Amino acid sequence: MTTLADPIQTGTTPSPPQRRSHRRRSFGYPRRGSVWSYGALLAVVAGSVFPLYWSVVVSSQTSDAVTKVPPALVPGGHLFDNIARVFDTTDFGRALLNSFIVSGSITVSVVFFSTLAGFAFAKLRFRGRKALLVVAIATSMVPHQLGIIPLYILMADLGWTGHLSAVIVPGLVTAFGVFFMTQYLGRAVPDELLEAGRVDGSSTFGLYWHIVLPAARPAAAVLGLFTFMQAWNDFFWPLVVLQNNATVQVALSALASGYTTDYTLTLTGTLLATLPILVVFMLLGRQLVDGIMQGAVKG
Amino acid sequence: MATYLHQARRAGLSRLDTKGSPYLYILPFFLLFGAFGLFPLLYTAYVSFNDWDLLDSGSHRWVGLANYREMLQDAYFWNALGNTLSIWVLSTVPQLLAALWIAHLLNHRLRARTALRMGVLLPNVTSIVAVTIVFTQLFGRDFGMVNWALGFVGIGPIDWQANTWSSHLAISFIVAWRWTGYNALIYLASMQAIPHHLYEAADLDGASQGQQFRRITVPMLRPTIIFTTVISTIGGLQIMAEPLLFASSQTPTGGSDRQFQTVALFMYEQGFREFRFGYASAVAWTLCLVIAIFAIINFLLTRRIAKDED
Repeated sequence: MTTLADPIQTGTTPSPPQRRSHRRRSFGYPRRGSVWSYGALLAVVAGSVFPLYWSVVVSSQTSDAVTKVPPALVPGGHLFDNIARVFDTTDFGRALLNSFIVSGSITVSVVFFSTLAGFAFAKLRFRGRKALLVVAIATSMVPHQLGIIPLYILMADLGWTGHLSAVIVPGLVTAFGVFFMTQYLGRAVPDELLEAGRVDGSSTFGLYWHIVLPAARPAAAVLGLFTFMQAWNDFFWPLVVLQNNATVQVALSALASGYTTDYTLTLTGTLLATLPILVVFMLLGRQLVDGIMQGAVKG
Repeated sequence: MATYLHQARRAGLSRLDTKGSPYLYILPFFLLFGAFGLFPLLYTAYVSFNDWDLLDSGSHRWVGLANYREMLQDAYFWNALGNTLSIWVLSTVPQLLAALWIAHLLNHRLRARTALRMGVLLPNVTSIVAVTIVFTQLFGRDFGMVNWALGFVGIGPIDWQANTWSSHLAISFIVAWRWTGYNALIYLASMQAIPHHLYEAADLDGASQGQQFRRITVPMLRPTIIFTTVISTIGGLQIMAEPLLFASSQTPTGGSDRQFQTVALFMYEQGFREFRFGYASAVAWTLCLVIAIFAIINFLLTRRIAKDED
């Protein structure tokens, strides 16, 4: 059920730009931010950024810095030494590669299949359409995490334990992706365009390929980046099923385990593992914020 | 004649295309969900009625309700359930209050609006592993910054992992840190939907801003507040990665005395450390039922509140 609480599950459809409602009128609601509210918000943001900043500080210092009192508060010049040490200590390169393979395949597949199913649900007429859509959305309520034992038995029977396919295949299409694309395509693709395509003798898949897929591009980009972040951060199932063939989150947890943890090493690993997510967040943080807020209004 | 047949065949194919292809397009989703979502969950119920050893694969014996009976008498299970509820309360209540306050702050005309919202959301996109590792270092007994800061107000160094209350506080803090900003954005969206004329009228009546917050904003947000409470409950009942990683040994016992082992972590321990798949499945299925009950309560509560407002 964590899936439900996830930002990505809340229904994030990029909408065409809307005219701003008459929010800024004479009375001026909402009120202008006071110095006090700016100050408080900056403190909150500082608290949000601090753990990340702290891992930058620790990972750029020598190992004794982490035990210093008072603690070091500015970055030093040893970041690259520490990064080299991470790659020497564990097969972090392999873990990063594994994560890119897993997240990349899941992303491409989720976008493709979600757009295909979204096209069917939004634009094609068939018996049972509404009921099937409701079922598809309801599946996102199923707490997958509690099914890991039979899922493990299944993967063992298939001989997939220790293979990346055990993580990739269950994630190839998501209920959220289908819902998201259904919402978007319903608005973004005019029926007349599809009718015209049919008159020209195009097959249904031809319509998908030549009309729907190009029109879906903006939403596909957002869905793709969301999916990538989620797959990249996934921890529990890869931990259970991949064993020695770790993804980056599993490798990170292994780096942190042990009687005495080398925190300089571990936090350098944390930084490396978080960097791709930060890049994605910089690219689409705005859409993510909009998506969560729209989902909340609808939800 | 040949042309006619050709046309007829084309028309037939095209009809097959329009009738059949929609099902083909939604098939991948339902196949995958069936195989990797629904089937494992139902199969969990079957496994839970068996004595099922992972190491001795294929050998399992039907034992009926024995696993459930054992679970109800297992002190470790009740301990885990107590820990789960405690960590849930400690993380959810402050988290939602803080989110409400942050949403109120964001609900002003602000410069750098998007940057502030993104800053608030940042914790939610970082991975649980990364977040827990960094905070476990910050909560370190000897060199952690939390103890260093507490030293200034005269609180001696705390061994956060060692005690029940301190470990619950620390884990709850980590959970709350990751989810507060997300909930704040949900509250903000609902706040923006409150009609402005309510505040205008309150202004004319001379109500203070604090009164307006208590008498207008909070009551108008009630459905959203209930919604987020229940969603946090459902998430909170499944917490497993944070307590696993909070113990630096990363053994799934949740500390030496199981002081911070949650139910989900107990399930993981029984399944993948003790290799008792049947027993672990009984725990999973029980937790699943508890979650379902909460989901139903959610539905009933939100419906009732919606009715009240009509």
